[in-house]
This record gives sequence, structure tokens and C-alpha cells, in this order.
Amino acid sequence: MHIADRTSNFDRRTLIVGSGTAVLMASAATLFPGRVLAQSVPTGLADSNSLIRMARDLFPHDRLGDDQYQHAIATIADQLAADASKNQLLRAGAALLDDAARRKYGRPYLAIEHEQDRALVLKTIESSDFFKTLRSGLVTSLYNQQTLWSRFGYEGSSAEKGGYIRRGFDDIDWLPA
Amino acid sequence: MTAKFDLNDDSVVVVVGSGAGGGTLANELAQKGIKVVCLEAGKRYEIADFVNDEWESFGQLAWTDRRTTSGSWRIATDFPELPAWIVKAVGGTTTHWAGASLRFQDHEWKARTTYGDIAGAALLDWPIDAAEMAPWYAAAEFRMGTTGTNGIPRLPGNNNFKVLHAGATKIGYKEVHTGNMSINSQPRDGRGACQQIGFCFQGCKSGAKWSTLYTEIPKGEATGKLEVRAECHVLRIEHDARGRATAAIYVDADGKIQRQRARVVAIAGNSIESPRLLLNSASSLFPHGLANGAGHVGRHYMRHTTGTVWGIFDKPVHMYRGTVMAGIVRDEARHEPSRGYVGGFEMETISLGLPFLAAFMNPGAWGRDFTSALDRYDHMAGLWIVGEDMPQANNRVTLSSEVKDQHGMPVANVHYDDHANDLAMRAHAYKQGEAIYNAVGATRTIVTPPYPSTHNLGTNRMSGRPEDGVVDRWGRSHEVSNLFISDGSQFTTSAAENPTLTIVALALRQAEHLAGLMSRNEV
Repeated sequence: MHIADRTSNFDRRTLIVGSGTAVLMASAATLFPGRVLAQSVPTGLADSNSLIRMARDLFPHDRLGDDQYQHAIATIADQLAADASKNQLLRAGAALLDDAARRKYGRPYLAIEHEQDRALVLKTIESSDFFKTLRSGLVTSLYNQQTLWSRFGYEGSSAEKGGYIRRGFDDIDWLPA
Repeated sequence: MTAKFDLNDDSVVVVVGSGAGGGTLANELAQKGIKVVCLEAGKRYEIADFVNDEWESFGQLAWTDRRTTSGSWRIATDFPELPAWIVKAVGGTTTHWAGASLRFQDHEWKARTTYGDIAGAALLDWPIDAAEMAPWYAAAEFRMGTTGTNGIPRLPGNNNFKVLHAGATKIGYKEVHTGNMSINSQPRDGRGACQQIGFCFQGCKSGAKWSTLYTEIPKGEATGKLEVRAECHVLRIEHDARGRATAAIYVDADGKIQRQRARVVAIAGNSIESPRLLLNSASSLFPHGLANGAGHVGRHYMRHTTGTVWGIFDKPVHMYRGTVMAGIVRDEARHEPSRGYVGGFEMETISLGLPFLAAFMNPGAWGRDFTSALDRYDHMAGLWIVGEDMPQANNRVTLSSEVKDQHGMPVANVHYDDHANDLAMRAHAYKQGEAIYNAVGATRTIVTPPYPSTHNLGTNRMSGRPEDGVVDRWGRSHEVSNLFISDGSQFTTSAAENPTLTIVALALRQAEHLAGLMSRNEV
């Protein structure tokens, strides 16, 4: 059977559909906070190692590099840039995260060695607006990056390739007869 | 030659909405020589505009105008401003639907008689029955090119279906096949055969799937009797001193308010917007909303008892390749109260791309338990449960007292509480879905709560007696003699089947009746 290539990474930027994207993002932002239609230029926020670590702890995939978490945060930051209160929420987030870490383990977030311990810190701030904004933003901005789809065996758009009628739509070969 | 009618032409039928109900009715009336103005709130996209990208397509097609929610359903927590996943575009939700075209089972037309008096449910028999609907179903199936009817072969099964079939037959289910789908399995009606593209929800790029956008609407336009006006959002319906509908007031593409006069008005804006429009049309003569003398407009909102089961396997599946609703198990659709609930459910394959699976698999979830499932994305199979839900008087669409839309009109609030029968059915359906996948070696199964509703029903229900509903057996308002409801909001009960085929059959039947009334000057 045809197995999707998990290593190919085509350049996301060449595939961005430019026109109207900002409008679409804005109109649906309240429905799906953080949902994105294309990626944007990273901003200072995305350089926060704490936020990148938190993003990975929220949605840990060992097969993904930090750049993809960083890019997801940049997308959220870009999207929230126009909303001063939300933007401030993210900017204050790293400090809030460290406060929570100190309360639980007496040291800053990045100084906590194990993922499961950091997850327990995150548990303590689950109801905060900061956490909710970042989580709901990430679940769309992380997984909407076409560059990582192939790592999950998802092949994306197929119409321009003629669909799957001759490309393995029914090629499963391991089911019991 | 596309028609162009004058705003003051009061001989036209105004159809509000261009989806399964409105698009079909508009074409069918035009074919009979009746002048129709179809007002569609959304834009007109064509097949070439559709994109195989979940979020981008959502931004293009979905109805994202403001709505609010309340009730105990999880949607009110997870997606409080998105009660429904339906479309704002020419063609309506027929651009997004998966194509499943199932007839009601005979007993489902008579739910109150068959199920008895269920506490908390406002069950009612439809004033029509299976025998009366049979020829209209046949006409709809022929119109839509439904597989497994009219000698049209069923579609080939994809990987997702093969997993479902193997598991379902292994645990003893008998009626398992690739469904009755309004997706061409061979070229027909000027459209090609399915290319197994996937992305059925994002608008069919090959046109193999029936949608009013490229079937009914251009055929109607070709008669010279149908004018479709896109980006024309109807705000309210006006009436005269006798209580007859006279005009539709709408905002056009340029943001100007227009008044289209009408001989007849047919509303087909789906089960949230249709009652909202009636409620927003309140007047001194109809203080509680147009056609709402009995107080039923907006009530008995149904969304089907749904849910999704995912199976994760040791070896790859690639569920996303090919048709989304690629096959069905029908054995549980029967009414068998010994299971602990009335009515039944269908199980149909479903697939989501990685972006939507992440968003919908378990809204709010995070951490390694969640991501370890996504890590197995290409090893997953999925099935969707669609079962009959109970009509309840307080599950209803009302007007928000606080929130207004971009045109200054109160938005719809959608309230839904699951009935005990719905919960019992969903629990059993999850168990059966998991059993199917476990039978063929699933290493893990995951259940997903209902998505924002794709099947929205019942808010202008059909009833034999005026005091029990909003419209009569023809979809005609009990109260306003030249006002019709032509979408799923006229459903008396939901049945277990995907609603589109029934909406189309009712629209064809309504068109013939309405044409008769008009020719006899009875409306």
C-alpha cells in the first residue's frame, strides 16, 4: 500500500493564498480563537523560550521541532496584535507561568526538568485567560501548518493531483479476509 | 437566459435561501413556468473557487455571522458562538453536505404513535406518511443521482469503509454497504464520476456530489424564470392588513435596503435562520412573530443524536483518502425499545483532516494523552453516529435580547438540552462503534462529542392541527396562507436519517402543490 511520505516538507510560504486572508482570520477569530489561514512574520513574543516550552508541553509531539511551536505562537501573536487586552495577556504570560512554577516547585518554568511536572504546573493555571487563549490558539495555529502535515501522514489538498482514485484510496492490505 | 425581475413585480414567488430546500423549490417552480426570485445571503462561489483546505474553506463557506447558545449541550461551552456548521453561500449547505441520501423508515413518519408518550418529549406524528412520500423520494433520488437507486451503482469503498465493513460484519451486522449517496459513481447529468478526492465538506472539486449550486440553480436560471440574487440577506417579511405576506425586505450586496414584492414567500434559510426571520418579522398583527400564533416558531429544535468514534490501528488506514461518508451500517436504525431507548441510529464513516481532527476530537483537551492519538493520525478510522433525537418544546431558537448582527437585527440564540433518550442512544452507539473497531484489532478507541450541528431541524414544524405546529402537510403556514416553509425546519420529527433527501423530496412535492394553488388562483 502507498504510505504517505513523512519526510517531505514543502515550503509553506509558496502555498499561502494571499488575498482576503486577513479578513477571514478576523471574521472567525471569535469563533475559533487562534485559528489561522496562513502564517505570519514571527514577532518578539515567539522568541519567548517559556512560551515555546509551554506550547510543546500543551501539544507534545516528539517528531516536531521547536520552530513549528515558535511559528504557531507567532501566528497567535500576530492575530491578537490588534486586540490590546489579549496581546497584553500573552505578554504577561511568561511571568504568570513562572509564578505558577515557583508556587508549585520553587523555581521558574524552564528550570523544571520533566514534562509531567511542568504539566502539573499548567494544571494550576488551566482556568486562566492566558492559558485558555494560548491553548485554543495553538490547537489551530499549530496543526494548520502545512509543513508539519506530512509528519503525521496527512497529505493535504488532493484535487490538483486527481484525488486518490488512482493513488491508494482503497489500498488497505492488512484487514482480515 | 437569466431572468431579471422588478422589485415591484408582485407576481413572483420569493424563495429565501438556495440550499437543498430553496434551491430545489426555486428550480422546480421555474421549470413549471413560475417566476421566482431567490434571495441568498451568501456569495456565489463556483467549483473552481473551492479549496482542499479545512480552515480556509471554513472561512470561505461557513455561516459565521454571530449566534449565541445556551443549554446543557457541550457546544454551549466549547463553541458558544458556533451552534451549527452550515453554509452561507449560493447552494447553501448542499456545498458542504457529505451526500448521504436515505429515506425515512416507514414508522418514523409516525413517531408519536410508534414510540408512545415519552416524558419530556413533544412527539407528534407527521401529517403525511411513507406511502404518500414514496413517489417523491423516487423523484428526489432520480434528480440527485443517488447511488443504489435507479440502477446507479454504489461507490467503491475506500480504506475507511473497508475497516468499518470488516469490523461491522465481524460483530454480526448485516446491512453494511457504501450507502445511498448523491455522488456520481459514473458520469451522469452532465457531471463526472467521483475521483475520491476527499474534502467532501469543503465543496466538491469535481462536481460529482449533487449540490443545488451547479444542478438545480443553473437549470432553473436556464428557463428564464429564475433570478438568484446572491449576497441578499433578508431581514423581515412584510404583510398586508389581511395578514398575507407581501414582500421581503433585504440588504443587498451594496448594503442597500430593498423591498421585493411577492405573490408567495417560501422560506428555506435552515432551522436557525428560518425561525429567526419569522420572529424578526413580528408586527402589530403578529406580535409574537409571523406565523407564530400557536407559539411554535423556533421550538422543537433538533440536531440528531450524534457523536464520533475513532479507532486507532497498528497499521495505516489513511481515512482521509476518498469520500468522507464512504459507507454505512444500518442494523441499529430500527426501533427496538429493548435497547433502552426509542428510535434508532445509523453509523456512517467520517474522516477529518489533521487540522479539524485537532480542533474537534476533544475540544479543550491538551497534553500527551491527546497528542498521542493525533500522532497516529494516518492509522485512524472514523465513524459518525446519526440518530433520532427527541423534539422538546424548550429546545428552541429565540431572538437574543442583547446581541445584534451587522444589519442591526437580533441574532438567534440556540438552546439545547439532551433528552434522556438521546443520552441513552448515544451511549449505546458509542459502545457499538467501539466494538466494530475492536473487532478488527483497534489498539485504542476514542469517542468525540457532537460537532457544531450540521443537521438542524424542526423549528417550524409540520402538524395536522394548527395548534400543534407552524405549517400544514404542504409546508404552508397554518396562519399566513401565502407563506411556505421549504427547509428542514418543517420536520415534525428528526428520524435517524441524514435529512437532505427528505428536504428535497418535500420541496418537489411542495412545488407541485404550490403550482396548483397558483394556477387555480387559490393563493
